[in-house]
This record gives sequence, structure tokens and C-alpha cells, in this order.
Amino acid sequence: MTGFITRRVLGAIPLLLAVATLIFIVLDLAPGDPAAQYFNPNVPPEVYEQLRRNLGLDQPLATRYGKWLGSFLTGDFGYSFAQNRPVANVVLDALPNTLLLAVVAIGAMFVVGVLVGVLQAVRQHGWADRILSVIGLFFYSMPSFWLALMLMLVFSLKAHQWGWPIAFPATGITSFDYEFLSPWGKFTDRLSHLVLPATTLTLVLAAGVARYTRGQMLEVIRQDYIRTARAKGLPERTVVLKHALRNSLIPVVTLVGLYLPLLFSGTVFVETIFSWPGMGRVIFDAISQRDAPVIMATSFVFATLVVIGNLLADVLYAVVDPRIRYD
Amino acid sequence: MTEGTLRAAAPPAVHPREGDSQWAIAARRFRRDRLALGGLALVVILSALAIFAPLAAPYDPIAQHDIVATSLQPPSPAHALGTDLFGRDVLSRIIYGARISLTIGFLAVIISVTLGTLLGAVAGYFGGWADTLVMRFTDTVLAFPRLILLILIVALFHPSVLLIILVLGFTQWPGTARIVRGEVLSLREREFIQAARALGFGRARIILRHIVPNVLGPVIVAATLGIGNTIVLEAGLSFLGLGVQPPMPSWGSMVADGRGNLIGAWWVATFPGLTIVLTVLAFNLVGDGLRDALDPRLRQ
Repeated sequence: MTGFITRRVLGAIPLLLAVATLIFIVLDLAPGDPAAQYFNPNVPPEVYEQLRRNLGLDQPLATRYGKWLGSFLTGDFGYSFAQNRPVANVVLDALPNTLLLAVVAIGAMFVVGVLVGVLQAVRQHGWADRILSVIGLFFYSMPSFWLALMLMLVFSLKAHQWGWPIAFPATGITSFDYEFLSPWGKFTDRLSHLVLPATTLTLVLAAGVARYTRGQMLEVIRQDYIRTARAKGLPERTVVLKHALRNSLIPVVTLVGLYLPLLFSGTVFVETIFSWPGMGRVIFDAISQRDAPVIMATSFVFATLVVIGNLLADVLYAVVDPRIRYD
Repeated sequence: MTEGTLRAAAPPAVHPREGDSQWAIAARRFRRDRLALGGLALVVILSALAIFAPLAAPYDPIAQHDIVATSLQPPSPAHALGTDLFGRDVLSRIIYGARISLTIGFLAVIISVTLGTLLGAVAGYFGGWADTLVMRFTDTVLAFPRLILLILIVALFHPSVLLIILVLGFTQWPGTARIVRGEVLSLREREFIQAARALGFGRARIILRHIVPNVLGPVIVAATLGIGNTIVLEAGLSFLGLGVQPPMPSWGSMVADGRGNLIGAWWVATFPGLTIVLTVLAFNLVGDGLRDALDPRLRQ
């Protein structure tokens, strides 16, 4: 097992190197250079040239790539052009917020997706199955930015207007008066801010999990050992929940790896719309401001999270499925 | 789906007739799938609206008249879906937006499917370093949240419809390549391919004439589902201001237009978004129907 994990971790290293190289190439191919932001008609060309030299932009591509990779791998992500502070700080401020959102969304998406999928499989071709299929496909086809706006419109803005008992906050991660709240008040305040962004991500992704779980359940239910379980008189509940569900869930685990990139793409919209101070917003702002060091670091962190997620899914898969041999 | 979908051996379900091709059987199965037919009808209607937009749209999608009088009017008999901040008719803009969305969807998917099929077939057929190279590159692209790669490229270069088609097309192929590679790996060892090799056919001929037609089923399904996916991504880029540029109407940027006054004028963001959902839903229903119709394992 240790050998398997080590091999997988080692296998991820060239992948991350390739990702870093890809980011570097895309940024290098882009027209304009980072020194252009200092351009000003009052600045003499010599000073501008000196600025380019200071940033190392006059050096050949290979030298720049080597230097950049060297400092990148030693954890030196450089300095943000737009925010005038170390990139590491920018990332460290934003990462926990995104991870909180992502973990809640992944948990909720699996709970909702698996429940709905199992219900559909048990009632295959029944009314519940059909209705849930159409609803699922509806959410599956929905752009997350639109769902986010609609949830905000109904459950925050209109809810306030209509005086509903529960109206969720539309933006931010805490309220203005957060510092003055009791510990319990702080907790519920954070929780209420989390509801709409997390629900958006959950609804869009849970539909896919439900589809997949349904398919897996239907395959498993057809197998002989399920017939045996029924034949020996076990209640249907035990057959479904203990015998069928456990084996159906094994491949569902691998969906984590598949859905992480989608989830992170979703965070760009959700964090922008709900003013959630996370990585998705940081990277979008950095791209609009052409803040190259931040773009490189944040996209690399995203890719690393995806790779780690895939690794965890693989290891988990090997752990839960005794048929997988990992030697 | 691990086996080619075009072989004649599958136990036919719907009253097989003598000499029916697998495509004819699939077509008959598809015609009995009501949801898929509904999706197809919706796709046809949307395409017709897009093609005949000048006839179908009640107003000019770009013209701004007396803004003070026409700005942000709620849905009414004159403007079925209301007007936006600049007094433009939302329904007309949705109809014209269909042109952009569908065009980008179709063209980008043609690029991605062609690339994905060829690269997947080459990787699966030759194996060895060609396989390693293509698959490692696929892994690299798939390890990246695609939207971030897209906004990175589009923002750093200048956003234009052509660039968006190219970028969407060139980032979508890894999925198709994986499916095709898997199919080809199992086809490669089959007798008819060995026979083709024994007859001395060239590699290009074997791949293009004998392998590719046998993986077309899953590729068509992937393409149909890919169109929906591409339309969502294009809308997302336009929503962020990185897609189709104003004043050209695009569903994504129309939703963004409505974001500023969500409470006061909910219709500006709601209806274009609903159109995206219905369009993507239509393509997904057709794709699902095709998958069921083309899968020989489901014929009972």
C-alpha cells in the first residue's frame, strides 16, 4: 500500500511540472509584458528599459523559464504587481475560504447525489425516477452563474423585500457586525453566508453524481448476489442499503477527481457573484489586472488541488475496493 | 460501450428486419424515445430561430430608441420578455443570441471532435510513445480547471468570436480522445482489423476507413453532449466579459447585464439564463437518447 501511494505521488510530480510549464508558455505567448503597466509618457525610455531589465524581461526565454521554475519550486512565488505584497500572502488569505466552500459543496453534493440516485434506482422507470431524472438533467444543464443569481434574487433580495422569515445574506463571508457577535452568533453568521454559494455549487454538481449513482445501482442490482440476498428473505431495505449501495459507491468515489476541476471552475463564478474572498475571485481579478505572478501561483495551486484530489480518490478507491491490487 | 456499436451481432430488440443496418435499428430506437424527441424538436426550433432571426425577432436587437421611455420595461404585450437597461427588446436579443451561441457550439465541437478522434485513434492504434505523449498531454489539460485556462487565454489575447471558437475547440478534445482511445484499444486486436493489416492496407487507411467508423457511435454522443457543455462555457466567458463583445447580443452577457439591477428588473437576467438552460437541456436529452439508441447492450 505504501509503495502504491509513493508511486502515485511520484507520478504526480511530472504532471505538475507539465502544468507549470503550460502556464508559463501561455503567459509568455501573450502580447504585452508586465513592465507595460509602468509605462507613462513622462517616463523616459531609458528608465523603462531599466525597469524591463530589473524584471529580467530582457533575458532569453530559456533563462527566464529556468529562473522562474527554480524560485517557484522553492516556494518563492514572487510579488503581486497589483496588490504590492507577496503572492504567498495573497494565496494564503484566499485559499482557506475556497477550501471551506469546496469541502462543504463536495460533501453536500455526494450526500444529495447518492440519496437521489439510490431513490431513482429503487424506483426505476417509476414516476419518482422520471421526475427526478428530468429535474436532475435540468440542474445538470444549468450554468452556475445563472443559478447563483437566481438563488440570490429569490432567497436573499426578494426574501428581504417580501419579508420572508429566512433571508440569506447575498454577499461576503461575514456580516458588518461580525466582530460584535457572540461565538454562537459568529458561527451562524458564517453559516448563513455559506448557504447560497455552497447550494449553487452543490445543485449543479449533485445532478451528475445522482445520474452516475443511479447507473451504478442498476448494474449492481442485476447481479447474482443481490438475487441471493433477496432469495434468502432479507428485507428489501437491507438488500438495497447494505448489499447494493456499498458496492455501487465504490466507483462513485472516483467522481471526486472528475468533479474537482468543474467545482473550481464554478468557484470563479460563485465567488465573483457572492463576493466570496477566495481563489476563484483572486485569479479572475489577477487575470483582468494582468498580474502575472498571481495568475501563475493561483492557477498552479488550483492544478495542484486537482492532482491531490485525484490522488486521494485513487488511494480511496484502492482502500475500499479489495479487488484492486496495488502492488 | 467497450465494444464497437456497429457490429451486426447484437440481439436486436425492435422487430429486426432482414438487412437492417445498426444505424437503422438505432434510428428506430431513437424514434421511440419521447424525451430525446422532445430535445431534438427544441434543437430544431432553436436552430430555425437562429437562422431566421431577422424574421422571428419582433425588434432590432441592437437599436436603442428613446432610452428614457423604453429602459427596463417589465414584460408586456409590446415586449413579451421586457426591455433591458438600454431599452432593447430582451426577446429579440435572445433570438439573435441563439445565432452566436449555436454557431460557437457547433464549430467548436467540430474542431474538438475531429482532433479528439484522430489523436485518440492514433494513440490507441500505435501505442508506445505516441500513446504516452497524447495521454500525458490529455492528463495535463484535464488537471486544469478548464474555465481558468479559458479565461487565461482569452483575457491575455484579445477576445473575439474566432478566438473563442478556437480556444473552446482546442481545449475540449481530451475527453473525446480518451473515449476513442479506449474503443480503439479493444478494436485493434479484432479479426477484421487483423485481416485489413494482412491485406497490406496502410495505417492511415486502416485508421480512417476501418477504425474511425466503428467508434463513431460514442463520438457522436460525446459531440452532442459537448455542444451543450460548450454553450455553457461560452455563456460563462461572455458573463465575465471575456466572450462575445457588446453590442452583439449573447446570452451570457445578457445575464451579466441583468446582474446590476436584479431586484428592480429581474427579467433582464432571468430569461436569457432560462434560454441557456433549455438549449443545453435539449442537447443533453438528444445526447442521452443517442447513447441509449446506439448502445447494443441495452437492446432487449
